Amino acid sequence: MAKGYMKEFTKGIVKENPVLCLVLGTCPTLAVTTSAANAIGMGVAATAVLICSNAVISALRKVIPDKVRIPAYITIIAGFVTIVQMLVKAFAPAINDSLGIFLPLIVVNCIILGRAEMYAGKNPVIPSILDGLGMGVGFTAALLLMGIIRELLGSGSIFGVQLLPFQILIFILPPGGFFVFGMLIMLANKLNTRAGKTVKTTPCNGCPMAANCSQKAEKCGEKEAADHVD
Amino acid sequence: MENKLYVSSSPHFRSNNSTRRIMLDVIIALLPTSVAACVIFGFRSAVLIAVCVATCVLLEYVSRKIMKRDTTIGDLSAVVTGLLLALNLPVDINPLIAMFGCLIAIVVVKQMFGGIGMNFVNPALAARIVLLVSFPSAMMHWVTVPGQPQGAMIDATTSATPLAAKAGTYSYIDLLIGRCGGSIGEVCAIALILGGIYLVIRRVISPIIPCVYLATAALMSLAFGLDPLYQILAGGLLLGAIFMATDYTTSPVTNWGKVVYAIGCGVLTMLLRTYSNMPEGVSFSILLMNILVPHIERLTAPRTLGFVKKAKGEKK
Repeated sequence: MAKGYMKEFTKGIVKENPVLCLVLGTCPTLAVTTSAANAIGMGVAATAVLICSNAVISALRKVIPDKVRIPAYITIIAGFVTIVQMLVKAFAPAINDSLGIFLPLIVVNCIILGRAEMYAGKNPVIPSILDGLGMGVGFTAALLLMGIIRELLGSGSIFGVQLLPFQILIFILPPGGFFVFGMLIMLANKLNTRAGKTVKTTPCNGCPMAANCSQKAEKCGEKEAADHVD
Repeated sequence: MENKLYVSSSPHFRSNNSTRRIMLDVIIALLPTSVAACVIFGFRSAVLIAVCVATCVLLEYVSRKIMKRDTTIGDLSAVVTGLLLALNLPVDINPLIAMFGCLIAIVVVKQMFGGIGMNFVNPALAARIVLLVSFPSAMMHWVTVPGQPQGAMIDATTSATPLAAKAGTYSYIDLLIGRCGGSIGEVCAIALILGGIYLVIRRVISPIIPCVYLATAALMSLAFGLDPLYQILAGGLLLGAIFMATDYTTSPVTNWGKVVYAIGCGVLTMLLRTYSNMPEGVSFSILLMNILVPHIERLTAPRTLGFVKKAKGEKK
């Protein structure tokens, strides 16, 4: 049994990493990773909300009527986000200032709603808490990695400590965020392929280059991959 | 690209065109501009061009090797990219920054999307914009040399480009022969026009894109109450219209597509020059239109021979 619990926890960190493999929560990922400190602040806040909401939703899963489950989930999540926001405002006002609107926006973070819908609404309390913890740690780790890369290259520092004599400004601007995000997804796909897992690819019909793509036949001809919806 | 065997339906025309031949023509067309850059800004332009070309070729070779694809440095496209990128930089740029630009152009924009013919925007242009956004102060540090209207009697001094300078600082002659500040390849209008004429005569580019682009820009400047000739000669418009916007991969194939694309470039350039907080808008406008090219081509696809368009409401 303990082994099963462990699996619930670790799957969120590597195999089903919410940011890099499930491609959920893209908006906060791109927006707040301009520095490593911001990334940790966002990650910890979202993890706290995720654990609490998973626990409560799982405990109430037999009480909540199926037809109104989404509004019920959102209400529970919004309650915890408000608590977290008040705590952050009181104890870490600097983080509150730099995260800005993205802190209250945790309410609509699709990792949290996604885990509530996919996991907590169907499983008992303790695995749900572990699932939330694992997903939260995975989210924080991915954000921290992106924050470190972007801060190091874009401002030449990590956690505010100046390390590099130059700055490549584009890395702390939105295009650099997308670029680092893409590179990390590529790395995660590579690691997962090496581990023997098949990687889901996005379908070609959404791509403007599909008409003249040289790899279309080999990559998209047979495989009909599932759509990702963020 | 050269070694691929193409099987197409008849009629079979045979021509001596190859990627290498075309790229060689572009290099020849860029020679006057490169020589002018070395004459105007001195030895350091030659060093900058050499660094960019060498880095681009090396990166193309290495990245193809790493991706286990066949080597394509023989088609000279990496040389053209390096040359164009160098001509888009200010003369006193740090060579390391220039090499970072080559990395963006060749590895990120070109090879990661599948190599020559697969890039979705012009590699040299994308690299220039990445550098412009990343190192704004180094990329907008224009040098003027003695003998130029703003030049002092010391070796070199910094100045604004003609677009940002006060009206009346530069005459048309200054702009034609390159007595002004700017990136090393954009200052000498005569050399650029010579290169453009060579490309049109050799039928490497069709004159539609440069002509429509420049005409649109001229009309727009008239509408804005600016001097059209000054707007065409100053800044990177000629370099962009002749060498950047006409890149095969990132410009439309159909003639009407070319017209739409060039008009878009011209309108965006003049809007950016007039209303944005930057003095120049050529690279951003060409990049934006590059991204729109697949859609332009879909809209302007020619009618198939013998195909009759159905009248509205008619049933099949």
